[in-house]
Amino acid sequence: MGFEGIGAAVRRKEDQRFLSGSGHYTDDINRHGQLYAYIRRSDRPHARIIAIDTKAAGAMPGVAAVYTGADMQADNVGGLPCGWQVKNKDGTPMAEPPHPVLAVGKVRHVGDPFAVVVAESRQAAKDAAEKIAVTWEDLPGTASIADALAPGAALVHDDVPGNLCYDWHIGDPAATDAAFAQAARVVKLDLTNNRLIPNAMEPRAAVGDYDRTTGEHTLYTTSQNPHVIRLLMGAFVLHIPESRLRVVAPDVGGGFGSKIYHYAEEAIVTWAAGKLGKPVKWTAERAESFLSDAHGRDHISSAEMALDAEGNFLALRVKTLANMGAYLSTFAPCIPTYLYATLLAGVYKTPVIYAEVKAVFTNTVPVDAYRGAGRPEATYLLERLADVIAHETGIDRVSLRQRNFIPADAFPYQTPVALQYDSGNYQATLDAALKAADWAGFRARRAAAQTKGKLRGIGISTYIEACGIAPSAVVGSLGARAGLYEVANIRVHPTGSVSVFTGAHSHGQGHETTFAQVVSDQLGVPFEQIEIVHGDTEKIPFGMGTYGSRSLAVGGSAMVKAMDKIIAKGKRIAAHLLEASVDDIEFKNGAFSVAGTDKVKTLAEISLAAYVPHNYPINELEPGLEETAFYDPKNFTFPAGCHVAEIEIDPDTGVITVVNFVAVDDVGRVINPMIVEGQVQGGVAQGIGQALLENAVYDGSAQLVTGSMMDYTMPRADDLPSISVGTETTLCTHNPLGVKGCGEVGAIGSPPAIINAVVDALSDYGVRHIDMPASPQKIWSIVRAGRSRAAA
Amino acid sequence: MPQVTLTVNGKSETVDVEGRTLLVELLREKLGLTGTHVGCDTSQCGACVVHVNGMSVKSCTMLALQTEGAAVTTIEGLAKPDGTLHPMQEMFREHHALQCGFCTPGMVMSAVDLVQSHPEGLTEQQIRHGLEGNLCRCTGYHNIVKAIAAAWPLMHGKAMPEAAE
Amino acid sequence: MYDFTYLKPSTLPEAVSLLSSDTEAKALAGGMTFIPVLKQRLARPTKLVDLAGLGLSGISVAGGKVRIAAMTTHMTVADSPDVQKAIPALAKLAGGIGDKEVRHRGTIGGSLANNDPSACYPSAVLALGATILTNKRIIAADDYFQGMFATALEPDELITAVEFPVPEKAAYMKFPNPASRYAIVGVFVAKFPTGARVAVTGAGQSGVFRHAAMEEALGKSFSPEAVGNVPTDAENLNSDIHASAEYRAHLIGVMARRAVAAAG
Repeated sequence: MGFEGIGAAVRRKEDQRFLSGSGHYTDDINRHGQLYAYIRRSDRPHARIIAIDTKAAGAMPGVAAVYTGADMQADNVGGLPCGWQVKNKDGTPMAEPPHPVLAVGKVRHVGDPFAVVVAESRQAAKDAAEKIAVTWEDLPGTASIADALAPGAALVHDDVPGNLCYDWHIGDPAATDAAFAQAARVVKLDLTNNRLIPNAMEPRAAVGDYDRTTGEHTLYTTSQNPHVIRLLMGAFVLHIPESRLRVVAPDVGGGFGSKIYHYAEEAIVTWAAGKLGKPVKWTAERAESFLSDAHGRDHISSAEMALDAEGNFLALRVKTLANMGAYLSTFAPCIPTYLYATLLAGVYKTPVIYAEVKAVFTNTVPVDAYRGAGRPEATYLLERLADVIAHETGIDRVSLRQRNFIPADAFPYQTPVALQYDSGNYQATLDAALKAADWAGFRARRAAAQTKGKLRGIGISTYIEACGIAPSAVVGSLGARAGLYEVANIRVHPTGSVSVFTGAHSHGQGHETTFAQVVSDQLGVPFEQIEIVHGDTEKIPFGMGTYGSRSLAVGGSAMVKAMDKIIAKGKRIAAHLLEASVDDIEFKNGAFSVAGTDKVKTLAEISLAAYVPHNYPINELEPGLEETAFYDPKNFTFPAGCHVAEIEIDPDTGVITVVNFVAVDDVGRVINPMIVEGQVQGGVAQGIGQALLENAVYDGSAQLVTGSMMDYTMPRADDLPSISVGTETTLCTHNPLGVKGCGEVGAIGSPPAIINAVVDALSDYGVRHIDMPASPQKIWSIVRAGRSRAAA
Repeated sequence: MPQVTLTVNGKSETVDVEGRTLLVELLREKLGLTGTHVGCDTSQCGACVVHVNGMSVKSCTMLALQTEGAAVTTIEGLAKPDGTLHPMQEMFREHHALQCGFCTPGMVMSAVDLVQSHPEGLTEQQIRHGLEGNLCRCTGYHNIVKAIAAAWPLMHGKAMPEAAE
Repeated sequence: MYDFTYLKPSTLPEAVSLLSSDTEAKALAGGMTFIPVLKQRLARPTKLVDLAGLGLSGISVAGGKVRIAAMTTHMTVADSPDVQKAIPALAKLAGGIGDKEVRHRGTIGGSLANNDPSACYPSAVLALGATILTNKRIIAADDYFQGMFATALEPDELITAVEFPVPEKAAYMKFPNPASRYAIVGVFVAKFPTGARVAVTGAGQSGVFRHAAMEEALGKSFSPEAVGNVPTDAENLNSDIHASAEYRAHLIGVMARRAVAAAG
């Protein structure tokens, strides 16, 4: 056995089962007597439901039941709750219209579920669902934020005037105005952050089970946070007490945010299983994923920076319109506010900032967090703006950034938009990235490309993000309706092996490996004797789950705290067994010893003594060796870094090839460099996808045009380059591991690096900005226009 | 109800199916071989790739009845009976070519076919192009490409020819 | 999918009889397009008549012609030394259809019978002036393609083989849809002693079409320069989120130029 503690590139524990086909995903679960649900979804963007006739469907072979929204309402089923309340500028709460599990009265987007058939097979349920007859009254619908805000626009929710969910702001408007009045120069940029469809490879699925003898409900679901689902569904939707509701999220095939939320189907199968007394399974077809998984991004922004004569940033003013979709998904309101506008300082010392955000309802699939969530939007805005400023002032784009960096000696650094950065060194990641990308040698590569008729460009992005969400009291004051701590229960077994029960959930992140490394490091227990248990509310204490790159920063910290308790108790047992004072007991490499002596007890010996307490300080100490810790973070963590993209354009076709991509990130202490690299590469791939390929397109009547992988471009292997990943480390100052988080940095830093490179490549064509995705057609249009100008 | 008789991972199976039953449904629902996954409805993601008579196919785009008499290998049948992983599986682990694991079975089966059908060697671009029918949302493919290149010499029992690199 | 009866006849007459006795019966070749269509419940056949048992697979080269039986898979064509030698452009085209899993199952006959407007094979058949052999007759390529998803085939008519004349040179260039990887524009150019033929797939509102102006230009001089500036009218071209008609018109020129260059 090699070194398997913190810092080692340990191969993953979970791979054996995934590689041999023994992974256990929700759709792999089959319960005895199971029925299948098929959900009828609206094919209309916006329509009144005049009547639903389910008789013919109910008479189809194999059908156990057909339910509509009215049936659920009659059974006192509640609506899907929203977990975050944002307040308007005037302090009033946001508009929070009801979100029925099955639509009642109206459907509000293509994909809105309005009926469910439960039958003996998937196909029988689907056959019957086609027989449900609906009388509709079509209403005008729109997918466009601008149209939804226009005077007289049709209302998505009759009681939400102007389709406005909230009108929120942050920062100091007066100070910002004053700074703008003093500015030597103001640079403006309008830009769109394109809507994305997450498309985790595993479609969502849910199996509801009900035990008549105990009255216990079990939900197996594709979730990133089973306890959150139990809380929301149990308390608000189905009114089932925690003791009667178990939620299991087994192996989950990717989430990227889209599996955080409490979805209608989870409530439907749990409720239907109870009604029918039989297990009910639902698995999304990919077409349903496109129409029901929460989408991401979809902002329209206008930004302006006030500058002094030297190019120092004096003030930033931002106006953003954010598309919420037709209903508020679980955490939707906080994405374009507290996860976006609070990041608008970026890595820069801009002294004053004022941002206004309007969130708008449209007839589209709800929008919520998708990998990065708000922070990619902030980063894209800032890093595009920085390049436009550089271009318009003539200041070199690297120098401009360096001039405005928060210096390495300025931490902790209070930004003008609420956050306090604890640590960082933006110059270090910049230097390393420029070196790795051979920034200095670019001119020669550009010239070489030119001789082949190609346009080559290089782009940079220096970004920061806030993750490890977050101090519960802080987020509570900002409208969160949940605590955001994490829990760990560490059980040292009598033989000395260890089980760790964590509230974090792994759906690709490799927690079973990384967490075991953390535990092995601290307790000195061999890696293979450590088991990580997650994803089952019956096994683990109430935890908050995995999103926002929080698992290690928050969940890992909880483990450290629990292990501290284990060691403290172990020392007391050791002191008794070794007949020494507790103060003299040291714990190192998995053993307790009396300082300065050769008297030693291994953790396994201590553990055995704890469970077989024959010779034990039983009057002072309970038997057993198991501890639980809840860790509430003191602050967000702030990973940061620099991404450099180099691209080549074929001017004849407009096709862009990414020829080189370098990411140098500061994610705090690295537990497993192999896993960190993989996380960054995956995030970068999604960022390149956003910048060049992916786009959710709705037509003028709010039909989703990109409703399958035939039209929505998923990045493939030959769309992407090799991705070089480096790290530069400053430690997080407020959590015990010094970790910051690595799950989202790739998706946050990369899109502006790519677009900056594309704009750079087209510098001779008079291009100031290109909206994502930079599709071949878009590039060709620019090249054509530039060529015809040149010819004129 | 129609019946199909085929060999799956070396074992003969006779199964009642409907005309419309897909091979992937036969594998997952009738035979309990849930290692083969379904990730899309449009034959693009490749999570369902298995080998039929030694060739990689998308089991979501083949009827169960079309496999009458065929030999099917799924991810469950790739390792040796004693549990020793196939070199491709081993290299996926070694190079961290999987994260959530959902695309992995199809990716591995596709990669095995790719390497087997290129005894002359594979360039990075050929590997990337050869994965056109498999989507992965987690890894960015970087490590998958590395794993496949590393598996080539193990599967062919010699170094990758220079020209192909 | 709606349920159906699956049948696998072992002779061509048997297959034809099954199809002609039931207007709702459909033939199944490789199924790479048809099975997804069935999965989306866009078709509801009573019977599926699998053509895999009819012995309609194989490639032969004789008398200046390459003959490919209808059920020959794309992979077989791509890997065939005979095709690679006689019409390398055809082998290359087959090797670029879909992905390798599709190529392992998809067949030339199925592709041509379906005549998807973005499929690759129709451009080769049309540009090479191939003939379609059926259980009833021989159809010239110029008579075969009759618009999007429409062909000269009668309901009980099955393709048995395709015969390609061997050109002096030929090449195919495809600009793929980034999502589906079907052709947004695919141009097949072929040079024969009698002149040049150019067929365009993916772009036309009525499916694959010959490009007369390019054929004329290449007839005078088979060179990239000759074809590069021949304009294409955007009026009858497709337009979608990935490519406008104007962009397609432009790409036809680029792909044609590159195809001629590749043909050497």
